[in-house]
Amino acid sequence: MNEKTVRRWTDIANPTRFLELAGAVLPWLWGATVLVLAAGLTMAFTAPEDYQQGITVRIMYVHVPFAWLSMLCYTVMAGSALGTLVWRHPLADVSLKAAAPIGAVFTALALATGSIWGKPMWGTWWVWDARLTSVFVLFLMYLGIIALTRALDDPGRSARAAAILTLVGFINIPIIKFSVDWWNTLHQPASVFRLDGPTIHPSMLWPLLVCAVGFTLLFLALHLMAMRTEIWRRRVIAMRRLSARAAEIKPLEAAR
Amino acid sequence: MLALYLREIRLGIRAGSGAMTGILFFLAVVAVIPFGVGPDLNLLARIGPAVLWIGALLASLLGLDRLFQADREDGSLDLLLMAGSRHMVALTVFTKCLAHWTTAVLPLALITPLLGIFMNVPPGGLAAATLTLLVGTPAITFIGAVGAALTVALPRGGLLVSVLILPLTIPVLIFGVAASRGAVAEPDPFLPPFLLLSALTLFFAVIGPLAAALALRGAAD
Amino acid sequence: MRLAAENLSGERGGETVFSGVSFALGQSETLLVTGPNGAGKSTLLRIIAGLLPVAKGHVAFSGGGEIFPDAGAACHYLGHLNGMKPALSIEENLVFWRDFLGEERLSPLEALEIVGLGEIAHLPFGYLSTGQRRRTAIARLLVSYRPVWLLDEPTAGLDRASEAQFAEVMRAHLSAGGIIVAATHLPLGLEGTQELKMGAGN
Repeated sequence: MNEKTVRRWTDIANPTRFLELAGAVLPWLWGATVLVLAAGLTMAFTAPEDYQQGITVRIMYVHVPFAWLSMLCYTVMAGSALGTLVWRHPLADVSLKAAAPIGAVFTALALATGSIWGKPMWGTWWVWDARLTSVFVLFLMYLGIIALTRALDDPGRSARAAAILTLVGFINIPIIKFSVDWWNTLHQPASVFRLDGPTIHPSMLWPLLVCAVGFTLLFLALHLMAMRTEIWRRRVIAMRRLSARAAEIKPLEAAR
Repeated sequence: MLALYLREIRLGIRAGSGAMTGILFFLAVVAVIPFGVGPDLNLLARIGPAVLWIGALLASLLGLDRLFQADREDGSLDLLLMAGSRHMVALTVFTKCLAHWTTAVLPLALITPLLGIFMNVPPGGLAAATLTLLVGTPAITFIGAVGAALTVALPRGGLLVSVLILPLTIPVLIFGVAASRGAVAEPDPFLPPFLLLSALTLFFAVIGPLAAALALRGAAD
Repeated sequence: MRLAAENLSGERGGETVFSGVSFALGQSETLLVTGPNGAGKSTLLRIIAGLLPVAKGHVAFSGGGEIFPDAGAACHYLGHLNGMKPALSIEENLVFWRDFLGEERLSPLEALEIVGLGEIAHLPFGYLSTGQRRRTAIARLLVSYRPVWLLDEPTAGLDRASEAQFAEVMRAHLSAGGIIVAATHLPLGLEGTQELKMGAGN
C-alpha cells in the first residue's frame, strides 16, 4: 500500500469526511434505486405466469431478493465486525449497528413473503424445515444483535460485544445457503446460483436479477442513511455530555 | 398516580432493552420447542396453546426482579414509601405493576398470534390464546410483585423471584391453557375456565399489591 | 408546628445503635446531628422519616393540620441516594416528583435555576456529575412543599460555590418557618442551630 491509499483510508475513517461523502452519494444512490426497482417490478409484473403456480409465482420476485439481502446484510455486518475487532476502524461499529435493523426487516419480509407464498403452494403458512428454520434463527440473531447494541449507552463498550456476537452467528449463513442441499426440504433447492448454471428460465431470471439489483441498491441507500444517522446521534450524545460539563464550570466562575 | 404510571412507562420504553429482551426470550422459547418435539405439525398444533402460555409465563417473569430493586438502588423507593399517607403504598405498587405489564408483558400477548402461526395453531386457537394471555398475564405480574418485594434487598434476587413465584402461577397457567384449548378442541368448554382466569386476575390484583406493600415496608433498612 | 422526639432508641440489624435521644424543634429551628461514623445519624433520620420502626420512645409531629398528619408525611428526606432516574431528563425527574409528592411550590425550571442547573434541564440525569446530581436532588426539596427537611450529609459531593448556594436555600426555608434536621460532618453555614452529639457515650 503506498502512502496515498493509506491516506485515503484514514480520510474515509474520519466520520466528518464520511458524512460529506455520504451526503454526495446518497441522492444518486436513491435515484438509481428508484429507477432500477421500478424497472424490476414492471418486468416482474409483465413476466409470464408459471404454468403450475399461476400468479403466485410473482411473489418470487420480491421473496428471493429479500432472502438474498437478509444474508448479504449479515455478511456486511460480519465484515464490519472484523473491522471492529481487527482494524479498530471507527466506522465499522457504526456500520454494524446501522445494518442490524435493516437486516432484521429484510429477513422478516423474506419470512412473511415466503409464508404468503407457502400457503397456496404447500397448504400451510409455516413448516419447520431446514431452510425456514435456519432463516428464522437468522432473524433471532438479528434481534439479539439489535438488543445488544441498544443495551449499552456507551458505543465503545457495546461495539466489541456486538462484533463478537455477529462473528459467532456467521456460522448460520452457510447453513442457510446449503440447507436445501444438505437436507431433504420442502423448500426448493437453489435455481440461480449453481455451479452448473441457473435452471430458471431466462424470462423469469432477468426480472428477478433486476429486482435483486434494485433491492440491493435500496439496502445500500438505507445503510448509508442509517450510518449517517448513527454518527449524528453519537455526536448529539457527545455534545450533550459536553454541555453538562460546561454547566458545571459556570457557577464556579460566578462565585469568584 | 398517573404521574407514576407515565414515569414507569417512559422508563420502560427508554431503557429499551427490557421489553425487547422479553419478546426475544419468548420467540426463542417457542422456537426451540419444535426442535425438542420434532416438526410434526399436528402435534405442534395440539400443544401450541400450552407452549405459547408457558413461553409467555417464563418471559413475563424476566424483568420482574427489577420492579422495585431499581427504585431501591437509586433511593426512589424510600420516597415512594414515605408518601404513604398521600398515596397508599399498595396503590403505588398496583400502578407500578400496571406500568410494568403495559411495557413488558402486553407486547408478548400482542405477538402471540404470530408465534401461533409457527406452531400451526388454527385461527380460533390463536384468538383464544391471545385473549387468555391478555386477561391472565396481569395476574402473573401481580403475583410477581410480591416475590419482587420480598427479594428487593437481595443482591441477586432474580432467580429467587422466579422460584418463589412459579408455584403460585400454576393456577393461572392451568385455567389459561384450559380456556385456550377449550376454544379449539370440541368437547372442552371455553367460558368456565376463562371466567375463572378473569377471577384469578381480579383476586391477585387486590392481594398482590397489598402483600407486596407489606413486604416493602418490612424490608426497609 | 413542632417536631419532637422523646427518649428515642434506634436499632439496626437487631442491635441498638443509639438510645435516649430527645429533642424538640419549633418553627425556623435547625438541629445538627453530629458524631462519628456508625453513631446512628442516618438511622435517626430514617426513623423520623418513618422508614424504620421506632425501637423505643416516640417521634411526634404536631401542627401540620390535615395535610401533614404525621412526621413521615411532613418530611422531605434527602438521603445518600438522590432518587432520580438516569434515563429521564432532569426536568422529567422533577416534574414526576412534584406531581407525585403534591403540595406544589416552585416550578421545576425555577427550582433548577436556583441550584444553577436551569440551562441543562433537558439533559438526561445520567449525564450529570456527582455534584450536579446532588443539586438536582436539592431542587426536589423546592418543587413540592414539606415543613420538615431531613438532610443526610446534604453537602456530600458539592463544591464550595454550591455549598454556599445550598446554605442560602436552607436559610430561605427556615425564614419561611420550616424545620431542618441535618446529619453532617461539615458546617452547613447556618446560624443559631441546636446540636445533637451522637456517639458511643450517648
